[in-house]
Parts: sequence; structure tokens; C-alpha cells
Amino acid sequence: MGHGPAVKLGKDDASAYKTKLGVKMFIAYTLVYVVFVAINATSPKTMQSIVLGQTAAVIWGFGLIGLALVMAIIYNHFCTRAEARMNS
Amino acid sequence: MVYTQSPLAIGLFIFFVSFVLGLSFYLARRTSSADSYYAAGGNIHWFTNGVAFAGDYLSAASFLGICGMIATAGYDGWMYSIGYLAGWIVALFLVAEPMKRLGKYTFTDALDSKFNSKAIQLTAAISTLLVSVFYLIPQMVGAGVLVQPLLGLPHWVGVCIVGVVVTIIVATAGMASTTYVQFFKGALLLIMSTVVVIYVLTQGLSTSPVNNGQAYHDFKTLQADAALNVNEAGYNVVAGLDSEFGKAGFVKLVKDGVESIWHLNQNDQGFRLEETLFMTKLPDGTKTFNGAAKEEGKFFPVGHIKELRVNGQEVATTGAVGPLAYLSALKDSTIVLWGKKYIHDGANTVTVYYQKPTPGDRVLRPGLKFKVDNATGTQTFNFVSLMLALFCGTAALPHILIRYYTVPSQAAARKSTIVAIAAIGFFYILTLFLGMGAMTNGVINLTDNNMSAPLLALSFGVVLFSIISSLAFATVLGTVSGLIVAASGAVAHDLMDNFLGMRMTDAGKVRAGKISAVVVGCIAIYLGIIFEGMNVSFLVGWAFAVAASANLPAILMLLFWKRTTAKGIAASITVGLISSLGRILISPDMWVRYGYLPTEAPISFNSPALISIPLSFLALVMVSMMTQKDLIINDATETAGA
Repeated sequence: MGHGPAVKLGKDDASAYKTKLGVKMFIAYTLVYVVFVAINATSPKTMQSIVLGQTAAVIWGFGLIGLALVMAIIYNHFCTRAEARMNS
Repeated sequence: MVYTQSPLAIGLFIFFVSFVLGLSFYLARRTSSADSYYAAGGNIHWFTNGVAFAGDYLSAASFLGICGMIATAGYDGWMYSIGYLAGWIVALFLVAEPMKRLGKYTFTDALDSKFNSKAIQLTAAISTLLVSVFYLIPQMVGAGVLVQPLLGLPHWVGVCIVGVVVTIIVATAGMASTTYVQFFKGALLLIMSTVVVIYVLTQGLSTSPVNNGQAYHDFKTLQADAALNVNEAGYNVVAGLDSEFGKAGFVKLVKDGVESIWHLNQNDQGFRLEETLFMTKLPDGTKTFNGAAKEEGKFFPVGHIKELRVNGQEVATTGAVGPLAYLSALKDSTIVLWGKKYIHDGANTVTVYYQKPTPGDRVLRPGLKFKVDNATGTQTFNFVSLMLALFCGTAALPHILIRYYTVPSQAAARKSTIVAIAAIGFFYILTLFLGMGAMTNGVINLTDNNMSAPLLALSFGVVLFSIISSLAFATVLGTVSGLIVAASGAVAHDLMDNFLGMRMTDAGKVRAGKISAVVVGCIAIYLGIIFEGMNVSFLVGWAFAVAASANLPAILMLLFWKRTTAKGIAASITVGLISSLGRILISPDMWVRYGYLPTEAPISFNSPALISIPLSFLALVMVSMMTQKDLIINDATETAGA
């Protein structure tokens, strides 16, 4: 049927660990995103309040974008370490 | 607005197009196998792929649409940026590595990896085609928008140029040329957007913006008594308080034979009249702008600050400021936004744009576009549904997912996603400054806010405008080429090769992909022409809703629920497609496209994701539960064959 990767992949014993870690981090980020959407939907005036010299909405926006990158780097760190440990 | 073409802009445009075409023809000599055509041989470095992800993803919707929406609706436009970026978390944590492990050339390959099911091959291919086409429309519209100021050509010519160039890119070297076009475009977009933001911050804020050496139009204010006697000589009332204009809060005056429309604001002495901009659509379809032909340039660019405050003091200008000080000054100031009303004036339809001074802290929080303040249940539903679609859509876009097949390993897939998050996140932070810069620098074309970012660049000089416009055109090229690779893969690999079982040699598969690319390119051109005038980011929101509904439930359940069956996946895709597309087609926004009033639409919301995604999950679970015996047979066959 012509499926399977276009290049030959080695065995990855860290796959299960990475999946579990990914699910946990996904849930954590999703919760933050849900809170953000919920505040905007139910109490938008809260987003007009001033935090650190900016509107709360701007701080939330920068925070969500920054958090995504920080969590991505942490995820990669643990995945790379697991691959080195389990696939060696 | 009237644009003047610059030879530099035309030269840069020709250079960009020549460069990508030359690159494509060069790479074509190395693209003879199906692996190299559909997956660039699977040997792209993770960093290159990460930047190419950004080049693929940061489409006309991001660069033109989001900046335009921020310029006219403030923070609500930036909500798109936040939602799009959050979607990459789904891609990284749940989808990236499994997609690399399971798939070969297309999104369908991954879904079908366990089953070899004709139903999956057909439904997933149709889904890929529909999502790609939905995504293609705003890109092509964006191309048409750009070509007018850049080359002085009409909308349809821009659409045709992009269609032809992209079809050549894809038909020559497939994913290989597409990858490098996207890499260069992604890198240049980040660099040049940063340059424009530096210009914005260096110039700072002012109550009298200067647009490329031209002073901002001085919008007049008149005073009239309660009987509408204007205190300035020469003005006579044409349509007063009892007219359709008066009922809508406006008055039409004439002076020296020139008609003008004024916004009524009641005060102690009667009325304060504020000058408006207006577009009149005549019964024969022709349009006038402030009562004159477009070429006369009487429809002025807008966007200014009414009261600029820094540290509690009212000032005329801030001078150069840092990014946080820039946002802080905007938050404390009063910004003039523009409202819009439609008025029937006999057989003519008049669109009146009027000033709406708005506190900066109100602009920098949600609620100007999305109805979230004192919202009805339907309005809240619409908002949450859109945010859900943006969050779930990224990891379900076929043209994004197939980039995972171009890298050599799962670790490379993961790392390239992180590079993409860094690049795209940085760009989306820039969009806030680009949009707010356009909002306050007198560059917004109220009849088409998609041009706000390039026109912001124009306010700093023709050289920057030329570079940004050419780059915006390259932006469209990069994204459209990725979409056409995905769509042609769905036709040639999923439908012809797998579903129909047409026996093809390796060279035959490549030929089928190239012919499919040409056909998809022609369809994209046609759609780009008929959808002229719609906000491109808004259209992409629909593509995300369809992708999130049809594809994401199937991907996630395949990865995380062992009882998922082939029929369950096919049912999920079908239900997701029908429920999302069906709701979009009867939505208020589409009703306007059909020529009816939005209030006459059968449903009152535009974003279907909050209904269609759960329906898609439900269909998968129910059908899988009913077809568990297929799973047992499949397992037994695999065991026997082992």
C-alpha cells in the first residue's frame, strides 16, 4: 500500500516515554490556554486591567507565546536525554 | 487609495520570481523519484525544515490579514496570532514524532498506516483537498491584493501570476524546491518584519503622523444648531435628520457642488459634525470614493492618535521608544478607530466610515471585533469556537504535516517543530507592533485592510515598501507551493495510486503529481479571483475549522485510543467535513456573499468548530465501537502474517 516512512528509521526505545511526557505537557499548556479563552469570553474587562505597566491582555499574549517556547525547549531537553539513555 | 508603482518594487519582484524559478529548475534535475518529489528525499536538516515550517505557515493570512485586523480592531486581531501559535503545541507534544514514524508522503499515509483501508484513503484524500483549497483561497486573494500597489495590475492578474509561478515551482521539483523557497521566504520575512518594527519604534508615536513625506489629512469638524444650520458659510444640507442618513446618525452636506457626509454628535449648541469617508456603489456596480473616482485620491488613508499621553502628560510626540514603552503609551492614549455603516440612498448603497475615538487600554484588550462584552450565548459560542479552531487546526493542516516527512528522523521532526515555534512566535510578537504601527501612522486603506503592513512600510519610504511588498508576494508563493504539494499528493498518491490502485512506475507517480499540481493550480486561480475583497485571515480561520474538525480527531484517536477502527476514522473525517463545511456554507458571513442580509442566515454563528469537532470525535467512537470485530480480524491477519 506504499505506506511507512520515506527514509529508514532506527528503533526508538524512548518513544513511550516521549509520548507520556508530551501528553502531560500538552495538558498543562492547554489548561493555561483554556483559562485565557475563558477570561476573554466571560470577563473581558479583566483583560483591560493594568499589570506590569501593560494591559493584562498584552501580558497574557506575550506569556502564552513565551510559555510555548519555554515548554518546547524543556520537552526537547528531556526527550533528547531519554533518547541518549534508552537508545544507546 | 491610489498607488504609485516604483521601479524598485517591480525590479525586486522580478528578482524574487526569477530566483525561485531558477532554484526550482536547478533542483528539478535532482528530482526524479517519488521520494524526492513528495518528501525531498527525507534528508532536509531539522533547522532548515524548522525555518521552512515558518515559511510554510506564515502565510498571507499572518502577514497581511492579521496585521490588517490588528490595525482596524486592535487586540482582537492579535488573538489570531496567539491562537495560531498555541496550535503548534499540539503539533509538537502530540503529533510531530508519530507523524514522522507513520507516514510516507501524505497525511493519509499516517492515518492509514495500520489499516490499508479504502475508506480512509478516500475520505482523508478528500479532506486534504478541501482543506488545502480553503487555505489556498486567502493566499490567492492576498496575491491579488498585493499586485495592485506593486505592479499596478488588477487583482485577477496578481492571482494568475502567483498561480502560474507556484505551479511551475511545484511541477518542476516538488517538495525539494518548495522547501527551499519556504526556507528563504521564512528567513527573509522574519528579518524584514523586524526591520519595519525597528522603524516603528524609532519613529515613536505622534498625533500628526507623516506618511512617506505627506502630511496626514486634516479631518474637519463643524458646528451646527439644532435645525442643522452650519456655522461655516457655503454648506447646505442635502439629506438631513429625516433622511436615511439622519436616521443612521449622519447628514449629507454640499459645498461648491461637492457632496460630503458628516457624523452627527449631539452637544449643547446642537450638533458637532465630524468629517467621514464614504464609498458609494451605484446601481451599475461602479464605485465612487468620497464622491469622486478612485484615481482622484480623495479617499484618504487613515489611522491616528487623538490624545497621546506619556507618564500622565499629554504630548505631541514620543520620539524613539522601546517596545514596552510603545505599548504603554498606546494604552494611556486615545486612538481614533473607524466605524462602518451601510445606508441606502435611493438606488445607491453608501458605506460610511466614521471616527470612533477609543481609549488605548480598550484597544489593547479583546472586544472590538469579537462580541465578548455583554455577549449573548451565541456570540460567546462564536468566540470560543474560533479560538478552539485556531488551537486545534495547526496540527491538522495537511500541508504542514507533510513537512515532517522531509527530515531524516523523529528527533529531527521534534527539533524542527521547536525551531518553527521560536520563529513563528517571534513573528507573531512582531505582528502586534506592525498592526498598532499601521493603526496610528495614517496608512490604513479602509476599503481593504489587508494592505496595512506593506503600507506601513511605505510610510517609511519606497525602498522599504518595495522590499516588503516583494517579500509579501514571496510569502504567498511559499505557502501556496506547500498547499499544492499537499493537494497534488492527495490526488496522485492517495487517490490514483492507493485508492484506485493504478499501477504506476516511480516516474509515473512523479508525472501524476505534476499533472495534479497543474490542475490544483488552475482551481486556485479561479477561487482567488471570485473571493476578491474578503479579509484573508478571516478565511484562514475557516480552513482551520475544517481541518480541526475533519482531521485532528482522527489523528489523535489513532495515536491514543487502541480501539480505533478504519471505519471509525473514515466516519470521523466524513462527519467533521460535512458538519464544519455545512455550517460554514449557511453562516451569516456566507449569506452576505450570496447577496442576502446576514440576519437572514439559518444559523447565527460563523465558526463551526465547537460543534463539528465534538461531533467528529463522537462519530469515531461510536463507529469504532460498532466495528470492533474488524479490529480483531485485522490483528489476526497481522499475527498470521508475522
